[in-house]
Amino acid sequence: MGRRSKNKQDVPLPLELDQKIDGKVTKRLNDRLKYEAIRTRKQQESAQRATAQRAGGNARQKPAANAAGPAPSTNGKRKAPAVSKPQKKAKAAAKPAAESENESESDVEMAALDAPDDGWDKAVLESDSEGDADSFDGLDSDDEEAAASSEGAGDSDAEDEEVKQMPLSLLGDDSGSDDSDAGGGMESYDELDTDSDGDEEDGVTFRDMEKRSRRLDAAREEDEELARMELDEAEEVVEGERELFELPSAEQVEVEKDAPLDLSQVQLRIQEVIRVLNNFAQLRDEDKSRNDYMDQLKRDMCFYYGYNDFLMDKLLQLFTVSEAVEFFEANEVARPVTVRTNTLKARRRELAQALINRGVNLDPIGKWTKVGLTVFDSPVPIGATPEYMAGQYMIQAAASFLPVVSLAPQENEKVLDMSAAPGGKTTYCAALMKNTGLVVANDASRERSRALVANIHRLGVSNALVCNYDGREFPKVMGGFDRVLLDAPCSGTGVISKDASVKTNKGPEDFEMLTRLQKELILSAIDSVNADSPTGGYIVYSTCSVTVDEDEAVVDYALSKRPNVKLVNTELEFGRPGFTSFRGKSFHNSLSLTRRFYPHTHNMDGFFVAKFKKLSNKIQAADNTFVVPTGCGVKIKQKKKRAQ
Amino acid sequence: MRPLTDDETKVLFEKLAKYIGRNIVHLIDRPDEPYCFRLQKDRVYYVREDIMRKATAVGRRNLVALGVCFGKFTKTGKFRMHITALPYLAQYAKYKVWIKPNGEMPFLYGNHVVKAHIGRVTEDIPEHQGVIVYNMADVPLGFGVSARSTVDMRKVDPTGITVFHQADNGEYLREEDTLF
Repeated sequence: MGRRSKNKQDVPLPLELDQKIDGKVTKRLNDRLKYEAIRTRKQQESAQRATAQRAGGNARQKPAANAAGPAPSTNGKRKAPAVSKPQKKAKAAAKPAAESENESESDVEMAALDAPDDGWDKAVLESDSEGDADSFDGLDSDDEEAAASSEGAGDSDAEDEEVKQMPLSLLGDDSGSDDSDAGGGMESYDELDTDSDGDEEDGVTFRDMEKRSRRLDAAREEDEELARMELDEAEEVVEGERELFELPSAEQVEVEKDAPLDLSQVQLRIQEVIRVLNNFAQLRDEDKSRNDYMDQLKRDMCFYYGYNDFLMDKLLQLFTVSEAVEFFEANEVARPVTVRTNTLKARRRELAQALINRGVNLDPIGKWTKVGLTVFDSPVPIGATPEYMAGQYMIQAAASFLPVVSLAPQENEKVLDMSAAPGGKTTYCAALMKNTGLVVANDASRERSRALVANIHRLGVSNALVCNYDGREFPKVMGGFDRVLLDAPCSGTGVISKDASVKTNKGPEDFEMLTRLQKELILSAIDSVNADSPTGGYIVYSTCSVTVDEDEAVVDYALSKRPNVKLVNTELEFGRPGFTSFRGKSFHNSLSLTRRFYPHTHNMDGFFVAKFKKLSNKIQAADNTFVVPTGCGVKIKQKKKRAQ
Repeated sequence: MRPLTDDETKVLFEKLAKYIGRNIVHLIDRPDEPYCFRLQKDRVYYVREDIMRKATAVGRRNLVALGVCFGKFTKTGKFRMHITALPYLAQYAKYKVWIKPNGEMPFLYGNHVVKAHIGRVTEDIPEHQGVIVYNMADVPLGFGVSARSTVDMRKVDPTGITVFHQADNGEYLREEDTLF
């Protein structure tokens, strides 16, 4: 930015150079031109002082004035796209192109460095710089070049040699003020100059040098041509307009199993396959079915993103292919750190001010919450500030606000958090209840309940009761709650960005175990609620997983097993409605009242929230009798006793 | 979970009196709702009575915590105040010390309070009395024991210790494994 704007002001390229280099001025080239110009200028100045003053008087000033007029206006416009264009290409295309450029350039530079030894420095310089232009423009002969430059300069009177070098000297002249940022490179050139000044009379190898440099130019041109072809190819593949994409054959697949391709190739193929799948009718290979493409895509994505086959299948079922890629990409990026203000101890504005004073960069999460703050960056560990230790806030993912917002516990209620650790949601409940009523925080793990107690105390919650049961025991331990929050243990497919081990270590047996546990827990949760509660009677079921097995299927199971509950609006303003049918299975219609959250659409962890209202405590059994169900009927206590 | 015995109550109240003096009465006779002290696995919890009643349904082995933990009885029968009692101590504190921002972090890392860090002090703190430490914004940071009386504090050189550290908010992070 700085450099470019500077260039705009004080380095107008001379007209003829500008014409030669249409569009393809890389920054590197530009710099080189500048350096060389400075070099020649210095040489020239010594020569000119001798010759030019004698002959032309102020020949040097005339073209300067000429060029200064038209050049700046065209220059500014032209350079900007020229600089940005190569960058874009470099991104899309291969490194090799850049490398080859480097090589060729360094070759030329080597030659330039060698030059003083051989003698005629100017010649090399001149042809070299022309060569740069040539390779882009296709001009070959030096004579033409010279003619063009002499016309462009509009300086017909002066001597041959001077005319030839004029454009460069002009450039150098104008860039004089820019010398400071030319840096080390320039200095080295200066040294060269002092060397070459002594050798200048020695013009015997001039012809030789010219030939040599032409050869170099030719080689360079070839390289450039190759690089350009490569670039074009790459672009073609990216655009994919011209070439029909072919799936790798079965043998190729076998080969790849042993010797996997590198990631960029796989990524390209993923994009290709997705493009084909999105426009299947036109782009497909007639012999291949949609499944063939899907199989290849799955293989590639498993390899590229590192998921196991089972999970990849599960996730691909949820999304369209292009959305799935977005989802996977989002899983590679960490979600922003968010904190929840503990309204028991602080107000959000004051907390934000205190943190800003510590140099933390933050913003409110969004309109939907009045207590959340997003932390962009922080010079201090956000989990160890005095404010954190004083319990003024809790580090908590934005997604885990949602179930509590949906639960909306009221003051003086009796609330159960079935799997509470590490206590983010529990303390949020307590804060909403202003430390009145009772929050029963249960967690099955004793280790994790330690962190739960620590957080409850740090945040100044005094209405909590922490216990350590298997959630399935619940209506037997304690029942009659006004609200129950069940944030069920899950596979964690929504929080892969936090814990990438999920990608590989979750198999079908895990899902089976988890879904069964979730189904048992949700029945326990429902049975723990008192439907006659004047203010409540609500159950919120949430998971940090996005798979249907753990979300809609569990809710649907609960609806079928407990006819005394119905789904109600979650009261969350955003999120996608849950599936009412999925791969042939159809769920209860009211499942559209549940909400799904995805990392790639909401920039929070993948999450699922469903809110039930319990209508009565009894359900009608088959033989017209009414029973009060007490949980899922799993006998855990006895198991435990036996284990001990 | 059980109520405290008379001895235990005596030890606890003696300790509490060091920090909040006669304000203990306010802990027991609250105008809003009745509160009580309960012992569960050597920890003393200060809890609302209705919560306590509901907690009786929870098995002893499964009950992890209730209400607010004030501290624990050591094996020798002494009572050790925990940082978790700070909200109540801060509410009824008799003797207070406010420390400057540059002294906040040293204190939160477990150091004693030196003279140079003191911003304000309650008058008439006797020697070896429990004091609550606040920062200048009145946020309680922890508590300790005065090393000198207020009068003597003025005479100490800037690096002299004025309050011995007992507990600070940093323990929530440092001592999470042992504290709960």
